[in-house]
Amino acid sequence: MSMDRRQFLKIAGISSLLGLGATAASATHNIWVKGINPPEVEPNPVTLKAEHWAMVVDMSKFKTEEDIQKSVSACHTTHNVPDFGNIKDEIKWIWKAKYENAFPDQENPYMEEKIKEMPFIVLCNHCENPPCVRVCPTKATFKRKQDGIVMMDMHRCIGCRFCMAACPYGARSFNFREPRPFIKNENKEYPTRTRGVVEKCTFCTERLAVGKLPACVEAAPKGGLIFGDLADKHSEVRKIVETRYTIRRKAELGTGPSVYYLIGGNEHA
Amino acid sequence: MLEKALVGSKKYWAWVLFLGALAMSGVYYYLQQFNYGLGITGLSRDVSWGLYIGQFTFLVGVAASAVMLVIPHYLHDYKKFSKIVILGEFLAIAAVIMCILFIFVDMGQPMRITNVILHPTPNSVLFWDSMVLTGYLVLNLMIGWVTLSADRKGVPPPKWIKPFIYISVPWAVSIHTVTAFLYAGLPGRHFWLSAVMAARFLASAFAGGPALLILLALIVRKLTKFDPGKEQIQTLGVIVTYAMIANIFLLGLEFFTAFYSNIPGHMESFKYLYAGLDGHRELVPLMWVSSVFAAVSLIMLLIPKIRRNEVTLSLACIMLFISLWIDKGFGLVIGGFVPNMLNQVRTYWPTRQESIIALGVWAIGFLVLTFLYKIAVSVRERNIGIEIDH
Repeated sequence: MSMDRRQFLKIAGISSLLGLGATAASATHNIWVKGINPPEVEPNPVTLKAEHWAMVVDMSKFKTEEDIQKSVSACHTTHNVPDFGNIKDEIKWIWKAKYENAFPDQENPYMEEKIKEMPFIVLCNHCENPPCVRVCPTKATFKRKQDGIVMMDMHRCIGCRFCMAACPYGARSFNFREPRPFIKNENKEYPTRTRGVVEKCTFCTERLAVGKLPACVEAAPKGGLIFGDLADKHSEVRKIVETRYTIRRKAELGTGPSVYYLIGGNEHA
Repeated sequence: MLEKALVGSKKYWAWVLFLGALAMSGVYYYLQQFNYGLGITGLSRDVSWGLYIGQFTFLVGVAASAVMLVIPHYLHDYKKFSKIVILGEFLAIAAVIMCILFIFVDMGQPMRITNVILHPTPNSVLFWDSMVLTGYLVLNLMIGWVTLSADRKGVPPPKWIKPFIYISVPWAVSIHTVTAFLYAGLPGRHFWLSAVMAARFLASAFAGGPALLILLALIVRKLTKFDPGKEQIQTLGVIVTYAMIANIFLLGLEFFTAFYSNIPGHMESFKYLYAGLDGHRELVPLMWVSSVFAAVSLIMLLIPKIRRNEVTLSLACIMLFISLWIDKGFGLVIGGFVPNMLNQVRTYWPTRQESIIALGVWAIGFLVLTFLYKIAVSVRERNIGIEIDH
């Protein structure tokens, strides 16, 4: 049977009208009133869950420069963080900072150069009261209710960079230009970003979801980066934070950082 | 009334063409930025706001300053302002349009701008800022248009507009207060974390805006048959003087708190701006130009003889405007980012493309201002000799 354009449109129009009517009649509830029920999803049994994810950093476990670099590049390769090779466009999720930069108010004039320059791993602190979330005009950055991870919705971010002005840790980076040509080996399992959006560490939510620890933790020397549930009294992070001397970056600002730095480490404990 | 902007002398069209060309070159470079990303600017992860946001902040002040004509005229019944209050309202319209454009060109994902409305977030100051700015634009468009239309017909403006005029007074204060809150509520940015930030913003706005208005009024008088009036300009001069005193006083308070407390975080940005930090002195010459211009212009304004002479008054206004433009349109924003959150000095300087885009936005703003003033002046020229009671 041949059909001309006019006929086709007629039939298509009528059938779509009928179709609409049919769904409306057969629907068990009105979606405008009750909303759409979320699809039933079985929770993944291997997913790592917590009430408050936190990290303890023990720099004494990182013996060499290479140890630190391993964690940094594990994160950056996993998450397709581009390397532009210049400071102006730089994007980083986790990096090495000198003691005097990580803890700017802690130095004293008699401190040895060696201590001032001591390396520290720094990353997003996944604050309990994150200023970046407070200032975001679109809720593109938000604190996940179930476990306190501060996350980013790259598809909603308008690139106003208010969060970058608000973060007291310089943890956020902006895609000042197209990042994709600067990703050396793209990890197809993780999305790349577009220019014009802000990004940062996510405590590896995508890995936690499948039962893996964050990439930096996995790549770190044993006990260098300890990851766990701070709300759980029996977790390792909680025990360390309770019994050992730890400091947090700029805790005086009331942000409630969830990354703790263990001072003294093994040798002096 | 719009048709009045479409008739004019050769000079008028040459000016419009000139601004149009500037605007187009801005658009040209903006398209480059749109395709390449904000990497075309001098911004970085350390100094993530720069010239654009600085201009935005400064122009919110210019917009708010219309209230310095509205208050004397409508609240204190200062009749002399009745013929120039429209110049303030139209300046506010042009300024808010520039503000919106500067926010737009600063965005990494401008196509997603509606997300601010689609996902309203009351805890974000930026959300409120976009609300109050839009509201202020609507208010001024409405008030300006209704009062001018009435003037054209030679009748007093309708009564229903009065409540909107009264609302516009606190509204003007709100736009600059909310803009100050963008900065003044961020933990860890000591330079901005100041309770007098909003007050300082308002003071500098009420000095800079009317100073620009004096210059515009003098230009209007020179180019058209409409005379905004000698006394009106003098009253504006007094307003500028008082506001500038308040502004310098408030800046002094910032210096006192930072340096008497001797807290490093509070002093470092000031040091970077006015003396240099860790060998970086990029902004020092500019900030000193700003300081010297501020001092000299204030002294000139304070001496009645100099203030009453329109030539020296306009000179003082030019210096004052440049001073505040540097201080608020540049130093204030950059200073907050240096040193960065890891106490490192990472500097910023706008690129050529970025500067031309900014110039283009100013050109668009002045194009709007030119059209609006042309309309207002045409109505005024027709009404010369007729006094209309508002």
